Amino acid sequence: MDALLLSRFQFAATTMFHFLFVPLTLGLSIIVAYMETKYVRTGDKTYLDMTKFWAKLFLINFAVGVVTGITLEFQFGTNWSRYSAYVGDIFGSLLAIEATASFFLESTLIGVWIFGWNKLSKKAHAAVMWMVALGSHLSAVWILVANAWMQSPVGYTIREGRAELTDFAAVVTQKFAVVKIIHTISSAMVLGAFFIMGISAYHLLKKKNVHFFDRSFKTGLGFAVVSSLVVFIMGDLNGVVVGEKQPAKLAAMESLWETQKAAPVYLFAWPDEENGRNTIEIGPIPGALSLLVKHDFNAEIKGLNDFPKEEHPPVLITSFAFKGMVGLGAVFILLSIAGLFLKDKLVNSPLYLKIMVAAIPLPYLAIQLGWLVTEIGRQPWIVYGLMKTAEADSPIAASQVGISLAAFIIVYGLLGLAGFYLIARKAIQGPDLDGDDNGHGAIGRPLKTA
Amino acid sequence: MALQNIWFLLWGLLWAIYFITDGFDLGIGSLYPFLGKSDEDKRTMINAMGPVWDGNQVWLLTAGGVTFAAFPLVYAVMFSSLYTALMLILFALIIRGVSFEFRHKIDDPKWTKIWDTCIFVGSVLPAILFGVAFANIFRGIPFDHEGVYQGTLLTLLNPYGLLGGLLFLLLFLQHGSLWLSLRSQGPIHDRAIKTANGIWPVLLVVAVVFLIASWFATRLYDNYLANPVLFVIVLLAVAGLFGAKVFLARKEIFKAWVASAVTIIGCTFFGVVGLFPNLFPSSIDPAYSLTAHNASSSPLTLKIMLFVVLFFVPLVLAYQIWSYHLFKDKIRTEDMMY
Ligand code: HDD
Ligand code: HEM
Ligand code: HEM
Repeated sequence: MDALLLSRFQFAATTMFHFLFVPLTLGLSIIVAYMETKYVRTGDKTYLDMTKFWAKLFLINFAVGVVTGITLEFQFGTNWSRYSAYVGDIFGSLLAIEATASFFLESTLIGVWIFGWNKLSKKAHAAVMWMVALGSHLSAVWILVANAWMQSPVGYTIREGRAELTDFAAVVTQKFAVVKIIHTISSAMVLGAFFIMGISAYHLLKKKNVHFFDRSFKTGLGFAVVSSLVVFIMGDLNGVVVGEKQPAKLAAMESLWETQKAAPVYLFAWPDEENGRNTIEIGPIPGALSLLVKHDFNAEIKGLNDFPKEEHPPVLITSFAFKGMVGLGAVFILLSIAGLFLKDKLVNSPLYLKIMVAAIPLPYLAIQLGWLVTEIGRQPWIVYGLMKTAEADSPIAASQVGISLAAFIIVYGLLGLAGFYLIARKAIQGPDLDGDDNGHGAIGRPLKTA
Repeated sequence: MALQNIWFLLWGLLWAIYFITDGFDLGIGSLYPFLGKSDEDKRTMINAMGPVWDGNQVWLLTAGGVTFAAFPLVYAVMFSSLYTALMLILFALIIRGVSFEFRHKIDDPKWTKIWDTCIFVGSVLPAILFGVAFANIFRGIPFDHEGVYQGTLLTLLNPYGLLGGLLFLLLFLQHGSLWLSLRSQGPIHDRAIKTANGIWPVLLVVAVVFLIASWFATRLYDNYLANPVLFVIVLLAVAGLFGAKVFLARKEIFKAWVASAVTIIGCTFFGVVGLFPNLFPSSIDPAYSLTAHNASSSPLTLKIMLFVVLFFVPLVLAYQIWSYHLFKDKIRTEDMMY
């Protein structure tokens, strides 16, 4: 294998791994801050216990999220040096802003929050958690602006063989970035909420700490209802923007080969990439695609066969990943609405609770599928319309990348196992309701062994 | 031109801040198996850096990010040339970071042992490799006109590079033992003081040897000879070094730690000023070298980023100093969260 292919594998593996942890950090940071605020407002000890229990899971996850992010910050230079030299003027500054404006905030204040239980007033302590949440979300905003720029470059000019910034405001405010940011942040909230509901359901099934987990479930439910609807709406807008800026990706998402008016959405289609057609097409809904993307039933949508073949993204993965994500999106809405009906008799709804336990991995899946659509659908471009992925890698030996890729697989594999094992173990153990007010017995080390 | 020169200095400053903040974390981690006799000691060491290590580490991300933003060509060539060395540093930082959180989560000596090892390896390796990398940059890196590296990892492990690695390690060990004594009490405190005292003469010798070796192995002194007033930077490093000893003898640990930070800043700027205007010199032909002038971003990006940095860095410093202040007292068992 050549260095390019290995670098692509390595980048895909490391970002996807990072993004196993990122969404939970984003979603839980807000929910935990909300719980702590409730405690400060009402003085109800259950909210304090909830804060500590969910924060304990949050912190394990946070640790893995942080360390896997470090690699990504440098990988553009190590593996994509020609890309970095070409886009550094714009992309590099967004990354640097992310570090100075947001990473510092979240990582300095998370330390204050963990160690600050008896150094700060209750109010200040809760405020610190809000700042952590703010920092995490700002970091998401900046990195997604950077990613949106790769998807749809704006505000630049090509000078001396590289992209140079001409309009910073255009880069930050472009529609692609705004839609992507809301869609991604709300998808993280879906994940956080389903995580809380799933674990609470597990304990409710066992009838353990019913008061605690009933309230946790309901807190998660509120967030789930809102965010699963927002994800859906913003997903639709995402499709509209993709149709505008990346027509080849849109055609691949829907495996649409021929340019046509009143273009259909297929419930199922198996693309045949060699011959530029679908081998199987089931359940076409005529005009649905035109309606969704152009808000006009009769609008014309360009099919893949009207793009040069070397500019086709891989159709099979892109279309399946897209349908999977959308399908799961519908599932999340249904489950949240079912929750609204059952919320006052949760303990007596074992079937629903079992489904919610089983549903914990689903938002993880939907989010990974979403990124596959975005990133694979962008191929063969690394910067859409400007630079091909094949022109972007570093002039380094394939053996070097091979070794680092193998090391990543081993180290990340073990790290992932340890991380998820600890999260699961602590989740199953449940809360330590005898902990004191100083964060012990919950956030920090258990008191017994101290 | 002026803008690029400002950025050159800021670039050096960010690295220096990284070394004085995360430097003591790396130092404590490197001392971990030697000073941490009991579990209580080990926890004291981890908790001494507990509230601040993550924020410290972000200075590295900022130094890297700013290299990307202000000198994209340097970011591209430097990190792809130093591929394996940088990957080793990253893996080390990965295992170090999770260890603090994971170590105490299961009460089983085997589990704890794994993460104890990770803390040590994850600290000592970057401490040495940062030194090796910077010494090699001072010396010049074998890369050609297209920015393609013509060496291997072993190329970097030349005597001068290794000397740089040793110097950094010793600087961080002193810095770390001072921080540990500042925040601990009892036997571990006494051991940390003893360590700081023991390291000092070794550090002095290695620093002198490094200054002499730099004369032969690098062209850093060219700038100093052209502009002798710059020698104050060397004096600053020396003053810091002796200051640390004096304050340590007087048991004024915080002042000794500050002096140690001054030494680190002095050492970093000794190299940075000597390099100017080179950021990443080529040892094959100086004409290939990447400088502040031929590798920078467009003036617009440099301006926007200058605004960002001048706004955020003081803000960050303010809240980081607040957090340092909040956690300045000696650690008691009941304050330990890790
Ligand atoms: C939508 C959100 C999002 C996306 C797409 C990414 N990240 Fe991330 N990243 C976060 C959201 C985030 C976060 C939520 O802010 C994290 C996760 C856990 C954490 O502690 O912060 C984080 C941590 C994190 C850190 C550690 C920061 C620290 O030490 O505190 C770095 C260096 C990066 N990320 C870098 C990247 C890069 C270079 C990415 C692009 C390839 C990337 N992240 C994708
Ligand atoms: C965190 C969520 C993300 C995931 C899961 C993800 C996933 C992927 C995948 C699967 C690929 C491989 C595509 C292929 O080579 O066929 C890829 C490539 C890439 N992505 Fe992303 N990505 C994410 C975020 C980002 C962000 C935020 C950026 C930039 C800011 C980015 C930049 C890149 C680059 C530079 C490549 C390498 C070139 C390429 O193969 O296209 N990615 N990503
Ligand atoms: C319900 C209907 C949904 C629609 C119509 C939809 C639509 C889209 C589209 C068109 C993209 C590609 C954007 C691009 O290429 O830049 C995308 C990406 C993505 N989707 Fe969805 N989505 C839906 C549901 C979900 C759900 C339920 C989740 C997760 C809980 C999710 C998570 C993501 C993520 C993480 C990305 C990558 C980030 C981005 O590009 O915005 N989506 N979605």
